[in-house]
Amino acid sequence: MADLSDLYQQIIVEHNRSPRNFKKLAHPTRGAEGANPLCGDQIRLEVELDGDRITDIGFQGSGCAISQASASLLTGAVHGKTADEAQALFRAVHAMLTSAPGAPVDTAGLGKLAALAGVRQFPVRVKCASLPWHTLRAALESKAKAVTTE
Amino acid sequence: MPRPAFDAERVRRDFPLLQTTVHGKPLIYLDNAATSQKPRVVIARTEQYYTTENANVHRGVYELSERATAAYEDAREKARAFLNAGRASEIVFVRGTTEAINLVASSFGRKELEPGDEVLITAMEHHSNIVPWQLICAERGATLRVVPMSRRGELLMDEFAGLLGPRTKLAAVAHVSNSLGTINPIADIVRQAHARGVPVLVDGAQAAPHQPIDVRGLGVDFYTVSGHKMFGPTGIGLLYGTAERLEALPPYQGGGDMIKTVTFARTTYADPPARFEAGTPNIAGAVGLGAAIDYLCGLDWPAVRAHEEDLLAYATDRLSAIPGVELFGTAAHKASVVSFTIRGVHAHDVGTIVDQEGVAIRTGHHCTQPVMDFFGVPATARASFAFYNTRADVDILASAVQKAAKVFS
Repeated sequence: MADLSDLYQQIIVEHNRSPRNFKKLAHPTRGAEGANPLCGDQIRLEVELDGDRITDIGFQGSGCAISQASASLLTGAVHGKTADEAQALFRAVHAMLTSAPGAPVDTAGLGKLAALAGVRQFPVRVKCASLPWHTLRAALESKAKAVTTE
Repeated sequence: MPRPAFDAERVRRDFPLLQTTVHGKPLIYLDNAATSQKPRVVIARTEQYYTTENANVHRGVYELSERATAAYEDAREKARAFLNAGRASEIVFVRGTTEAINLVASSFGRKELEPGDEVLITAMEHHSNIVPWQLICAERGATLRVVPMSRRGELLMDEFAGLLGPRTKLAAVAHVSNSLGTINPIADIVRQAHARGVPVLVDGAQAAPHQPIDVRGLGVDFYTVSGHKMFGPTGIGLLYGTAERLEALPPYQGGGDMIKTVTFARTTYADPPARFEAGTPNIAGAVGLGAAIDYLCGLDWPAVRAHEEDLLAYATDRLSAIPGVELFGTAAHKASVVSFTIRGVHAHDVGTIVDQEGVAIRTGHHCTQPVMDFFGVPATARASFAFYNTRADVDILASAVQKAAKVFS
């Protein structure tokens, strides 16, 4: 039976309460919008790149604790990484979220992101956790300066 | 002598799915505004149709086809009686409320809407009573106007009167709001609209599960219901239109069964309701809906209403007593729907946590994004009650909601 305490681990609850990098960047290089239209989660994610390296990152939006904590954890994990390293992290998180519940998780290199493994037991919530990651990938693959700061 | 109280425990036994468990706990089903559970008689009637009557309708000259046609048309007559329509030919079988509204928007709109005309809806409509009108208005160069509501979720009737203008061609209004529970003053709305010569379509999807409908008493031009929300099968619903209105409408879809004569040069169309029932209909669904209507007609409705009002009052008290809980939709006249948020907790997290206690509630925007925008929330949790729910269900909901608040405290 799925266990709630696996889903709402303390780190998830804490990042939902106090999300890191919940901000609009002054000079974003790239950005993207992400949404789960059926459940209403919305996120806007911006990155500032110096060459290929993510020198700043911020997100804004509204959504459930899983999507907010996942976004917060994401910003901490990819800050300072190159775009390729961030893409590799996307693949690792995606593989973890879509693996069978109970299957061993390769947490090497995942750090705090391993807290998201509990989401696997709640299939309808997987898309909440993966939304920020898909949005990150869209931002990294978007054309430079394609997004205005209004 | 006082009326005997409604025996919800007894009717629960008529619904096999209510006996099931989830996560090892008894199912507490509180998502009736999304869809209702089915009594055994509906399930059995559908099976009986397939085992003893199945054939295509209105076609064969053989005995079995006559049986199927009789069962199908018998269901239409039951629907007529349930809605208190004057004639069975005023009842069109459709897939559900969504299709019924699309049918009227398309057929009425193509015939009646000219550039600059207006269609009037309200701030609390379900997307299915917004989007079909947006589509046809865009196509015809017409404008959609919206009657605003108060913070309690009640229509501003003065504004409604002001918005009924010379270019208003139709008003489309929910009888009961799916996300707020508000019961709208339909008879008053119809009286004002008709005084200006404006026909009224009423989305009755959320009203029919709570009361028999009187379309003639309300005076509506069109009324729509979904079978699956009133304890019948999915994929079947009703469009009521007055004979005069239906007669004036062009067809919606073309195909078999909706024609009088077909040549390659010209086709003439059947009279209503056949004109609007192209193709083989959902015969089993219609027959099952007929059984649901029979079941509903066997209930003591004044007692049902008192029971549901008690559930609404009790749930409102229990939930609003929980610190951090805020209710949305506090109209004076409400159906048994309670929309709420917990401060600092997103509705989806509430939904997942109460599900672990066996409680099924809807979380999200309930296909009413403008209502969420109006209240400035991304989503709410919604408990919606049917006559088979009990105070014990409310108690389990309340303790599950307390648990959700605690996880995030």
